[in-house]
Amino acid sequence: MTASDTRPARRYRPPGQLGGRGPIGGQAKRRLTIAGFLLPALAILVLFVFWPMLSALRLSFTDASGFGQEEFIGLDNYVEVFSDPNILRAMGNTVLYTVMFTPLAVILALVLAMALNSPRLPLRGMFRTWLFLPFIVSLAVAAFAWQYLLDPQVGLVNYWLQTFGIRIGNVLQDPVLAMPTVVVVAVWKNFAFYMIVFLAGLQDIPSSLYEAAKMDGAGPWSRFRNITLPLLNNTTGFVLIIATIAALQAFDQIYVMTGGGPYRSTQTVVMQIYQSGFKDLELGFASALSYVLLVATLILSLVQFFFTGRREKDTA
Amino acid sequence: MTALDMRRRLRTVGSGLFFVAMLIVGLLVLLPIIIIVLTAFKPVAEVNAFPPSLLPSDWTLDNFTRIFTELPFARLILNSFVFAGGVTLCALVFDSLAAYVLARIDFKGSRVLLLIIVASLMIPFQATLIPIYQLVADFGWVNTFWGLIIPRAADAFGIFFLRQFFLSLPRDLDNAARIDGASEFRIFRSVVLPNAVPALLTLGIYTFVNNWNDLLWPLVFTTKQEMGTITSGLTLLTGPSGIVPYGVMMAGSLIAVVPLAIMFLFVQRRFIESVASTGLK
Repeated sequence: MTASDTRPARRYRPPGQLGGRGPIGGQAKRRLTIAGFLLPALAILVLFVFWPMLSALRLSFTDASGFGQEEFIGLDNYVEVFSDPNILRAMGNTVLYTVMFTPLAVILALVLAMALNSPRLPLRGMFRTWLFLPFIVSLAVAAFAWQYLLDPQVGLVNYWLQTFGIRIGNVLQDPVLAMPTVVVVAVWKNFAFYMIVFLAGLQDIPSSLYEAAKMDGAGPWSRFRNITLPLLNNTTGFVLIIATIAALQAFDQIYVMTGGGPYRSTQTVVMQIYQSGFKDLELGFASALSYVLLVATLILSLVQFFFTGRREKDTA
Repeated sequence: MTALDMRRRLRTVGSGLFFVAMLIVGLLVLLPIIIIVLTAFKPVAEVNAFPPSLLPSDWTLDNFTRIFTELPFARLILNSFVFAGGVTLCALVFDSLAAYVLARIDFKGSRVLLLIIVASLMIPFQATLIPIYQLVADFGWVNTFWGLIIPRAADAFGIFFLRQFFLSLPRDLDNAARIDGASEFRIFRSVVLPNAVPALLTLGIYTFVNNWNDLLWPLVFTTKQEMGTITSGLTLLTGPSGIVPYGVMMAGSLIAVVPLAIMFLFVQRRFIESVASTGLK
């Protein structure tokens, strides 16, 4: 992703810049033009991305509550974040969610992308469109549908499982099963996105490689191990990171299906930020928790940039 | 039967099994969508009947009429369009303006600026939501379209994405226009933009879908029911009693999905390509 890779050699230099001999008025006009083009976007980014980032940091050291005076309280909020059992639980839940979601979604996406890339699958084009459909359904709407499907009284899933003698009861009220359930909903909604990214990566692998391997007598597993996986390495790394970042931000379907319950078993970090910041109005405390999320995401993003860079070098 | 015939036949059987397996996977993937569509048209009594049925015995529009009385749903649909459409339109304009300068004009500090913009991609909005809300509240924009749209009127990803595309366009045309004395804005509008339609469409689809489907953002910036979006409005249906009016909910969900489904139908290939290329993010 380094800018130098994509920067063409020939660049336009306005006359005003050539040896600095141009008319002064031209220079000023040129600066004004550049500023005019950049201003709206930069104003928005400064106001609503960079300033809030600093502002959140400041808030995290105060006892801000939205009303009255804010007092500087040092690291108290951070101490509370890392000692309050409920918050630790929320962080643990987020980790648990991530550990379940990321491998499940990524493996499913890879397997289905490989199936969709196989010349032996009849009606490939139709399946590509079909399996992509969850992408256009919002996570909240997916959550409504799954909530109905999983309803203990009138849901189809329970009914079908009962005919096989399996009783799962009310999964969303079960402290053990609620988390896997909200994970499944997110996997259903998100795998399509990762699948398409994988598919693009798979299509870049020359089929001659597979043919040559076949001639040498390599079986399907060996071809997967020795051709697909290594050549897909950077795409896989990239997908793993974006899936992990998405998992850290889990909110929508949890808000709809469990509200963080039962007994806080699905309370995630973003659910907690929403609760503390917008319901309990503990702005300082919620900001400290936000910063924990921010730092975790930053670290993952840096790793992702590394993979994106390598991926672009692959395709260059 | 020769060995070759045998192999050919095995291949056909293999393909057949593969096809059936994918069909089953496809049906499982489709199940929630099927449920939304079929339940939306079921009579109320049948939605909550046991044993549950897949198909409605009687197709009715009751759930659709009910959602318009239980929620200000026409208003919510309008809000969703104004919010997602407004963000998309603003972002396309502002992002492409900035991207043009970053891609086509050499100026001091352009590299640093690009780096700063790309760095801001790493900040999840969930983590800065509280100060953003304070700012929006200070402007008096809570429960207004301004509050929903302006903070997202430009975004770093869009700028970066369009810049990469603009770099790939040949420069002969704009240089010729410059020699003819065209202003930068004219070159941007009449030379670069018309050639960037595929990229703009890609970014537009991506931005529209993300905002249309967003839940947390409208939840935070609107507290009045009639300023919410379809997505945030539907979450209000689950009352404190915990009884969920599934039929109404599925009718609402169907209405939420239909515009994107239509868009998907029309620009299917671009839609999928758009996801593959925005996979950069």
